[in-house]
Amino acid sequence: MPLHSLPVHELRHLLVQKEIKVSEVVQAYLDRVETLNVKINAYVTVMGESALKEAGLYDEGRKDLNASPLAGVPLAIKDVLCLRGTRTTCGSKMLENFVPPYDATVIEWMKSAGAVFLGKTNLDEFAMGSSNENSAFGPTRNPWNLSKVSGGSSGGSAAAVAAGLCSAALGTDTGGSIRQPASFCGVVGLKPTYGRVSRYGLVAFASSLDQVGPIARDVEDAALLLQTMAGYDSRDTTCVDLPVPDYMGGLKKSIGGMKLGIPKEYLIDGIHPDVALSMEKAIETFRTLGAETVEVSLPHTHYGVAAYYIIAPAEASSNLARYDGVKYGHRSTDARDLLSLYRRSRSEGFGAEVKRRIMLGTYALSAGYYDAYYKKASQVRTLIRNDFLKAFEKCDAIIAPVAPIPPFDIGEKVDDPLQMYLSDIFTLPASLAGIPGISVPCGFSGEHLPIGLQILGPHFAEESILRLAHHFERATDHHPGRPPVE
Amino acid sequence: MELEPVIGLEVHAQLLTKSKIFCGCSTTFGASPNLHTCPVCLAMPGVLPVLNKEVVEFTLRMALATHCHISPISRFARKNYFYPDLPKGYQISQYELPIARNGWLEIEGDEAPKRIRIHRIHMEEDSGKLIHDEFQPVSYVDFNRTGVPLMEIVSEPDIRSPREASGYLRALREILRYLEICDGNMEEGSFRCDANISLRPPGREQLGVKAEIKNLNSFKNVQKALEFEIRRQRTLLERGESIVQETRLWDAGRNVTVSMRGKEEAHDYRYFPDPDLVPVVVDESWVEEVRQALPELPESKKERFSSQWGLPSHDAQVLISSRSLADYFEAVVKAFPRPKMASNWILSELLRELNRDERDMDACPITPQNLAELLQLIESGVLSGKIAKNVFQSMYETGDSPGNIVKKQGLIQVTDEGAIEAVIAEVLAENPEEVSRYQKGKEKLFGFFVGQVMKKTKGKANPQLVNDLLRKKLQPVK
Repeated sequence: MPLHSLPVHELRHLLVQKEIKVSEVVQAYLDRVETLNVKINAYVTVMGESALKEAGLYDEGRKDLNASPLAGVPLAIKDVLCLRGTRTTCGSKMLENFVPPYDATVIEWMKSAGAVFLGKTNLDEFAMGSSNENSAFGPTRNPWNLSKVSGGSSGGSAAAVAAGLCSAALGTDTGGSIRQPASFCGVVGLKPTYGRVSRYGLVAFASSLDQVGPIARDVEDAALLLQTMAGYDSRDTTCVDLPVPDYMGGLKKSIGGMKLGIPKEYLIDGIHPDVALSMEKAIETFRTLGAETVEVSLPHTHYGVAAYYIIAPAEASSNLARYDGVKYGHRSTDARDLLSLYRRSRSEGFGAEVKRRIMLGTYALSAGYYDAYYKKASQVRTLIRNDFLKAFEKCDAIIAPVAPIPPFDIGEKVDDPLQMYLSDIFTLPASLAGIPGISVPCGFSGEHLPIGLQILGPHFAEESILRLAHHFERATDHHPGRPPVE
Repeated sequence: MELEPVIGLEVHAQLLTKSKIFCGCSTTFGASPNLHTCPVCLAMPGVLPVLNKEVVEFTLRMALATHCHISPISRFARKNYFYPDLPKGYQISQYELPIARNGWLEIEGDEAPKRIRIHRIHMEEDSGKLIHDEFQPVSYVDFNRTGVPLMEIVSEPDIRSPREASGYLRALREILRYLEICDGNMEEGSFRCDANISLRPPGREQLGVKAEIKNLNSFKNVQKALEFEIRRQRTLLERGESIVQETRLWDAGRNVTVSMRGKEEAHDYRYFPDPDLVPVVVDESWVEEVRQALPELPESKKERFSSQWGLPSHDAQVLISSRSLADYFEAVVKAFPRPKMASNWILSELLRELNRDERDMDACPITPQNLAELLQLIESGVLSGKIAKNVFQSMYETGDSPGNIVKKQGLIQVTDEGAIEAVIAEVLAENPEEVSRYQKGKEKLFGFFVGQVMKKTKGKANPQLVNDLLRKKLQPVK
């Protein structure tokens, strides 16, 4: 297997056995990035110099490869996580030159675990989008077919993992932003329970939904990364102080007798036949593996999109108010007074989708509309959460498609935001409920584009969805997918 | 037309916590601009607020001291508006679920003591400050104050006069200072007040249209602004015009309120629960812990001063007006257990000096022990009242003990009868005419003789002895 296709746990084996140097691995990735990034546009910023310097520390023996299971592993980071001293753009002109003087907590923890950062990956501006077409730095293309979208908003991270431009990556998920691009690019993506991973240093889109999670070549890698990312952080009060289980150890346990819920509401009209077919096969696979399946009901599913597109933009409208041209970020050069400074800086700095969501959210929070929109949406959110709690009384996990359709053409949905929003229909409910979900490859469409299976678990049940995904992955041959891009 | 003012006050008290409400930066006042800032209070991308527990603790103290109902669960909300001194583009405050509601405070009302109900108390963060360049059209922002904790105390519209408003503010400030949670300095802005005021015919339940008055930065201004506003609204109503609901600014230079913005221009703050902060949970045991640690509050201290020390109500009222004054008084009484005498000296002599120098009790040069010693010297007859006042002056100026001063200046009272008799004999010999007039019944001249004796002894003669001996000597020879 070529170096750039190795999962982290296998790469680590070679590194520890001294069969290969960290700098050789890093250089190999950088060379690949050099040739392929122009086609895929997965990276916004490549950190070649600092990555090689860091790699050198291991090779010179100044840093210990045995210190942690991520030591010397080249990672990519979604450019919405703050990395001290390196620009953090959020895919926006607004923060094109913003250099944070602090690390996100997950970055800090990854650093102390010894990871080597190759660069910052492309995304929909401020993580708002499902196709990576909303980036101020151009869309990330799908490595399986460059005319297709990579998915979003963590499209850059997913494409980088798929195309062999890093060993694994960090993404963020607000309404499906890890799971959907992972599905579109044929890799594994995990959105942890809300509160499992610190949000400190993750540039906020919708604070009550945002979570950081791994995007990886296989489930074992996802477990390995989550092991380092999860845990309590006193800088984020929404972070939950619960012990972090041994995810790697949990993978090996049996899934025999586990009950999988199949939500009847997810078998909707308009689901692509290739997606439906791979779902059926996945259910069959689980039965073969000894898991039982039960039908469950999530009756408020069809309100998910509406509730999400009130709550997330409402929070975004407030979260993005800080980009006003006063302190940092884009500042219009032809402002005449305070009001024009605000207006021009924000008009010039933000892209169309961000503006659309700021307006949506501002409207939803306005006097006289708050009760009808924001408050109602919050109530619906509680109902959706209760749907899941009730369903999990009957099953250990729920399986569903990640997206109703396989990756679509670049440009296909850009002018139809509602169609774009509807592509999140299966990922939004879990985000609203705060439960964990993993996307694992489960087949290919007729056009040979990846399709992903989503496994959802109860709050803080990452261990069991990782285990289910791991067994599924080993029983199928969709992994490790190697896209034809070279 | 008879019209009754209806006033409600919103007070912002800056809390004396060491660090800011949502980050670890210092709250120290007066540092060079933007020294006390960090990514969190500068609202850099991705940072998160973490609630300072001391802010909750301080607010609980106030809530308990004002008999509020404390919510077991309260929430922070975002108040959204754009301004350069507000780095996040929203202020973290409390809205639908404040930490405390429905309390009251007793004040000296216009007629009798009166309860002013408190509508709510909540926690929020302060904004930064803009500094405008005097010579060019440039403004600077200082974020040192950004995130300094504030407690907002909103009264019910129970206040009926500018004097009551001022009384309410003073009572509130007294409690804040007693609780050691706010220094209550209006001029420096650590204690701010906005007033809502409307007029209505007495006896009517329904409230009139109100104006909100801002920029009231001293007790005097609160009173003056309210007086002005009552006149303004009364004039309009008497002319048959209606009041416009608006926000008005007090212009202390011109002594008028001027319209700032109308109801239509009022901000829509788009409040919603802050998703970055979990609800504030205050359980019974925490409330109990805070309650146990509360100091004695002004109202009960006043009662105790009357009952325990037998002080008249006026004395008690003045003595409890600040915790340090009350503590001073009790320290004096502890060393010299004659409360009324201690109170008299503190209220007349000591406060006069301190007020003249605009000094705080904390900067008082006379220790309670020294004052007690002085009173003891008077009591035991070592010093006359008059001499004692001179000694007091020296004590205030030098901070020295009365014992030392008396020794240095040789001020000990003359109680030697022989010495006094000799002086009296001198005085009588020098004023034969007065002596005979006195003896013929002009008894008012007695004071004249006392004065002459005291003059010759430089005030050191024991007045009681002088009186007794003089009376004896002046008796007509039979």
